[in-house]
Amino acid sequence: MSIKERLSGNEAVAYAIKQINPDVMPAFPITPSTEIPQLVANYIANGQIDTEFIPVESEHSAMSAAIGASAAGARALTATSSCGMALMWELLYVAASNRLPIALALVNRALTGPININCDHSDSMGAKDAGWIQIYAENNQEVYDNFLQAFRISEHKDVMLPIMVCQDGFITSHALANIELVEDERVKAFVGEYQPENFLLNEQMPMAVGPYAVSNYYMESHRAQVEAMENAKQVILDVAAEFEKISGRKYGFFESYRLDDADYAVVIIGSAAGTTKDAVDELREEGIKAGLLKLRVFRPFPADEIAEALKGKKAVAILDRSETFSTQGGPLTSEVCAALYKRGVNVRAFSYIYGLGGRDYTVEDAKEVYYTVKKATESGEQLSEPVYIGLRSREDD
Amino acid sequence: MFAVCAKRTARRKIGLKNTVEIRWHGRGGQGAKTAALLLADVCFKNGKHIQGFPEYGPERMGAPITAYNRISDDELRVHSNIYDPDFVVVVDETLLEAIDVTAGLNPEGAIVINTTKSKEEIAKHLNGYAGKVYTLDARKISEDALGKYFPNSPMLAAIVAVSGVMDRDTFLSQMKESYQHKFAKKPEVIDGNMKALQVAFDEVKP
Repeated sequence: MSIKERLSGNEAVAYAIKQINPDVMPAFPITPSTEIPQLVANYIANGQIDTEFIPVESEHSAMSAAIGASAAGARALTATSSCGMALMWELLYVAASNRLPIALALVNRALTGPININCDHSDSMGAKDAGWIQIYAENNQEVYDNFLQAFRISEHKDVMLPIMVCQDGFITSHALANIELVEDERVKAFVGEYQPENFLLNEQMPMAVGPYAVSNYYMESHRAQVEAMENAKQVILDVAAEFEKISGRKYGFFESYRLDDADYAVVIIGSAAGTTKDAVDELREEGIKAGLLKLRVFRPFPADEIAEALKGKKAVAILDRSETFSTQGGPLTSEVCAALYKRGVNVRAFSYIYGLGGRDYTVEDAKEVYYTVKKATESGEQLSEPVYIGLRSREDD
Repeated sequence: MFAVCAKRTARRKIGLKNTVEIRWHGRGGQGAKTAALLLADVCFKNGKHIQGFPEYGPERMGAPITAYNRISDDELRVHSNIYDPDFVVVVDETLLEAIDVTAGLNPEGAIVINTTKSKEEIAKHLNGYAGKVYTLDARKISEDALGKYFPNSPMLAAIVAVSGVMDRDTFLSQMKESYQHKFAKKPEVIDGNMKALQVAFDEVKP
């Protein structure tokens, strides 16, 4: 029997960490993820878990300590947001290339500037090419469930990559909402113990971690990372199937919401998907065949599956919560369009930007996207892309 | 920011079925966010689907803050702020002059204000709001019951009474449980808080 509770997204992640009882957690606080190390530190101080907590002096050190711990053979994790992740930058690549299955609880927050504490995806999307698996959540339930699955994916022998479990800062991290928790024993049995194949403290098999790689090796190292990322696809699905057995909740690369028979689809990541679902239902009542593809796994990118799901749609609107300044829209747009083009799926795709720096995204905003896309598709009209949702103009002020 | 909000208010006229939406206006440090979370908590215990969340700007004591609640029989998926609430709670009356507290407020709903002023004085700050206006002297209630000014407990009881999201006895018994948990290390404040809740619940009036 699952446990019905009410927790914020940060509380949900901290609770998952408590249930997992990892070996080492170095962390440095930053809004809006501060509560995660704070709550874990409480669990440790109360004797509920025996995780080694390392209060470091910066995020650079947090990731460095996580790398050291993970290389030594420990199950390690940390939590951060925004500028905190930016300060980890070089170590993100070190963690991934050393094939260390560290988990990072990332609470998405805009990068400066201007300075802003609210949600967008510029922090994790900036790190999309660092070699980390990235999983996103719509709500507190999903971020909890994703965290329980994280180490099973990252520590799989065919994967051995670090994993970023993302949720929307404040929107889910600080919102109290209903949640169903999995019992401690079931979590313990599901997550299991970390049994690294190779680790620094193994005196039977001495090894080096992070040595210099000359040109003869660097490229092969990267190719191996790509193969691990490819392998992660099947592992993510297998772990999700197993998780469904203990939770009753189903996960895949993405969730299709009323998508099969839809004419117009929105592709989106995170909490805004929930808001868009309400819009889809209202549009369906108005006779518009709206559908939604909510992406859960951004790295590895499930290009085949996305192209297949969007095949035959009249049009697709891809909504990004971060800029690339390419003038072509955000990172999700680029990846989805590449997936469609490479597979010969000829669907008109519109590029949208929303929610930067915490700009609110409402049911009406979502409906407006569908109306606009439908009209432009029917009339052949060109939009000025990327379309910015809820952008103020001088006349508004 | 305000222009966008105003535009959105005008557009937002659908509303969620079976859902009560509440917007809290307070100042940083007064506990409006805590009150919204406590309301969500107590409604959860009453079997509801709940959301309780703050809207954060630069955090500082005394700055205007907004918090929100959705309380529903159905699963809640929407993650936006609330632009056409059924109820508004004003924890600090000085906000009446700074903020359009009735923006988007459902005329079938109500506004609850912590003030000692008369209805007539208050009315000029409510932009002609046609719905019910409730007032409460949360300062007096808090100071009598607790010896200190914590307006959030009285205002929490007031909004429960006004919105009818649950009955008096259920609310009070569940709040007692919450306080016993919350104030496990300072049980001496539990009785005062309970008294503030009871008095406010009974005294809030249109």
